[in-house]
Amino acid sequence: MKSEKKQAEKIKEISGVNPLKCMKCGKCSATCPSFAEMDIKPHQFVSYVQNEEIEELTKSVSLWKCLSCFACVERCPRDVKPGKIIDAVRQLVEREKDGDYLSPNEIPELLDPEIPQQLLVSAFRRYRR
Amino acid sequence: MQRIGVFVCHCGSNIAATVDVKKVVEMAMCEPGVVHAEDYPYMCSEAGQAKIQAAIKEKNLGGVVVCSCSPRMHENTFRKAAEKAGLNPYMVEIANIREHCSWIHKNMEEATEKAVILMKAAVAKVNLNTPLQAGESRVTKRALVIGGGIAGIQTALDIAEAGYPVDIVEKTPSIGGRMSQLDKTFPTLDCSACILTPKMVEANAHPNINIYTYSEVEKVSGFVGDFTVDIRKKARSVDMSKCTGCGVCQEKCPNKKTPNEFNRGLNNRSAIYTPFAQAIPNVPVIDREHCTKFLTGKCGICAKVCQAGAVDYEQQDEIITEKYGAIVVATGFNMINLDKYDEYAYSQSKDVITSLELERIMNAAGPTKGHLERLSDGKAPKEMVFIQCVGSRCADKRGKSYCSKICCMYTAKHAMLIRDKYPDVNVTVFYIDVRTPGKNFDEFYRRAVEEYGVNYIKGQVGKVIPQPDGKLLVQGSDLLSNKQILKEADMVVLAAAIEPEPGVRNIATMLTASIDTNDFLTEAHAKLRPVESPTAGIFLSGVCQGPKDIPETVSQAGAAAVKAIGLLAKDKLTTNPCTAKADELMCNGCSQCANVCPYGAISYETKLINDHGVREDRRVAVVNSALCQGCGACTVTCPSGAMDLQGFSNRQILAEVDAICR
Amino acid sequence: MSINNNSEFKPKIVAFCCNWCSYAGADLAGSSRLTYPADVKIIRVPCSCRVNPMFILRAFEKGADGVILCGCHPGDCHYTSGNFYARRRMTLLFSMLDYIGVENGRTRVEWVSAAEGVKFSATMNSFVEKIYSLGKNVRLEDLRCKN
Repeated sequence: MKSEKKQAEKIKEISGVNPLKCMKCGKCSATCPSFAEMDIKPHQFVSYVQNEEIEELTKSVSLWKCLSCFACVERCPRDVKPGKIIDAVRQLVEREKDGDYLSPNEIPELLDPEIPQQLLVSAFRRYRR
Repeated sequence: MQRIGVFVCHCGSNIAATVDVKKVVEMAMCEPGVVHAEDYPYMCSEAGQAKIQAAIKEKNLGGVVVCSCSPRMHENTFRKAAEKAGLNPYMVEIANIREHCSWIHKNMEEATEKAVILMKAAVAKVNLNTPLQAGESRVTKRALVIGGGIAGIQTALDIAEAGYPVDIVEKTPSIGGRMSQLDKTFPTLDCSACILTPKMVEANAHPNINIYTYSEVEKVSGFVGDFTVDIRKKARSVDMSKCTGCGVCQEKCPNKKTPNEFNRGLNNRSAIYTPFAQAIPNVPVIDREHCTKFLTGKCGICAKVCQAGAVDYEQQDEIITEKYGAIVVATGFNMINLDKYDEYAYSQSKDVITSLELERIMNAAGPTKGHLERLSDGKAPKEMVFIQCVGSRCADKRGKSYCSKICCMYTAKHAMLIRDKYPDVNVTVFYIDVRTPGKNFDEFYRRAVEEYGVNYIKGQVGKVIPQPDGKLLVQGSDLLSNKQILKEADMVVLAAAIEPEPGVRNIATMLTASIDTNDFLTEAHAKLRPVESPTAGIFLSGVCQGPKDIPETVSQAGAAAVKAIGLLAKDKLTTNPCTAKADELMCNGCSQCANVCPYGAISYETKLINDHGVREDRRVAVVNSALCQGCGACTVTCPSGAMDLQGFSNRQILAEVDAICR
Repeated sequence: MSINNNSEFKPKIVAFCCNWCSYAGADLAGSSRLTYPADVKIIRVPCSCRVNPMFILRAFEKGADGVILCGCHPGDCHYTSGNFYARRRMTLLFSMLDYIGVENGRTRVEWVSAAEGVKFSATMNSFVEKIYSLGKNVRLEDLRCKN
């Protein structure tokens, strides 16, 4: 499917990840705290994107189980960063929905400077549903 | 202008079938400077060469162009022929009208036209050729081996056996290197010390081998065949000629709190020590940084107990200067620092160890006398987990990009030895790929799985979590069953990546040997000259060139020795005359050429220059023609155009360009 | 060869080949009888780093329609690092040439090993084809020194 190819390209663009760098060691899944709750495991995300099977990824519950703890990003020996792929797929799904749960103006009040920015952004994506 | 002769070869029909050779001869006669032109069916034959020689003599030729096959084929043949006729061999140029013309073009008109142009280019070049003399330099018949591990020992033995004197410089107090730290070796499971010690003894006893232990190379100058090296012999504080190696000093030394490097810091040693029992030389050294006598001035027990009176607190570092014809680098490797891998809890738990530490634990002379036990509480482990590729094959900054090559095999060895000696211990290996190319290697690994029941799991470990009860919780992937595994282990062994010995970059800089981004020394050619450095006279032995196991190291050590012997066997070296040369009048001493030179062949001298009557001291580039390999990088870099390459000068190449574009 | 020879245009193409890899690759192309157009004339240099930008400027000044520089693959240089120097120099030179009107298509750097006769021939074919498509290098004509 052509659109899946496009989506895969989009995911690579958003995440900045090159799935071809993966050597399939599985350290991402080994290190993932939400592994048990995921249907598609972190290491599989990489090969799904590589094989351009995006449809399944967008339906995956893993998107909403990933804590964005970024342990996989930190520990990936090949710099593939599966966490960023998951985040990118999330973003892709979000972009295809409509309406915002929060208006940008409300955000500053809710902000705690201690929270890592990445966590915040990805939390918005997760809980906006 | 030279008097030039052009000789066109038919090469049977190889050239003549597609190139009108008569036309080439005819056109050659029209070229400026050409006084003779002829064709012949086989120029490279005896008769063909005789024709060239006759023409050189009769017509008093100053330059020769042979239109024939590739210069890679017969340039030497024709140069030698010309030399016999009294012409400088470097006055011969080849126009390649076979490989680059007749063989690839079908149209005769087109091919002839191209052959004529190639001939013209060669004539234009030879017009500007200058006679070159291959230089000569002498060879000091002595070799230096840097590093006294198995690679250095083997290289030294091979060179010494060929009859040349060799010096080994070893940084630590004893030769033996990493191999002396190993317990057993794969795939035959021989005891490492049992096969290494005889080699160490042989090297020590060999009349042609001289060993400098506790010494380091400090300065290297000179070039192939004629290196001058300063070696710093660090003060041992023990007189080697007096010491009998009785070991009483080590027993009596009251300061036994220094981490034992040989046992990877797993236990402590005395301040006066020999690294291990079979050390060669069997003479202790005083570690001045930890010795009470040196720290506080009060002690001196070792001197008191030494019957031979060998302990000498006043000993000073000594600099030895020696000349060498060839240098072999055999600096070996170390394990990487695991500080950046805190997910494996290496620094948090004593029971997470590296494979080399496990070697020491398994060794009868090691910190646990060969008993497999947890270093934290001395209990025998029941569950052991091995983690592969820790720091190897990493694209990030924490690890190394390469495969360390030996880990798969030594892990199989460890797993097998443990299962053999302690059948009640379960061994699990987390692997990414199992790489076992090598004679009897895969069989060895399969034996570990099939006969010894080692549990291999495809997947990497994400983290190791020390538990309050002292156990280690290992969280890893099982990719084949798509599961995350949580496993309690008593000990975790990390197959840490190996890296070149950290001092090698400094040594490479002294030797002007090139080194890659991983600090491995670069070979002269990755496939065809794997044991030579691009810097002439420098040879590579062992892991300093790339990860390898013991048999590979030994064979490479032998190869490096042969290359060094080949060099030492020569009385004189002929140097390639096509080297760079600086025009002193134009050089402004900017150093840019020296920066790009891969061989360190360019240095600077302050010289009295007579520039059109103005006499002044100037800093000018001087090329050492024995070192220069003639790549020409400097010629293009030189901003003033002072640097030129003999045999491929700017004017010659421009003349060729002009002839082709005319 | 898919080159249209009906026109009068006969390009002059200079190929600088390093002695250790590309020149040997060209020899292999020859001994394997892999054809490429006769418009290509090879100049042997010890290393790609020997090629002074001056040589290339001179070629264009004298009427060359294309110049190609061939060296060993990165990491395989006989002199260890020469091809890296060449690559840097040529990147700079070619962008400058493009600026003054010698299109990028007329200049090229290729890595050809001694074992790549096929690649040498294919490279030369594609390069010549490109030069044919670009046509005569007219823009520098006025700058040429007429001998």
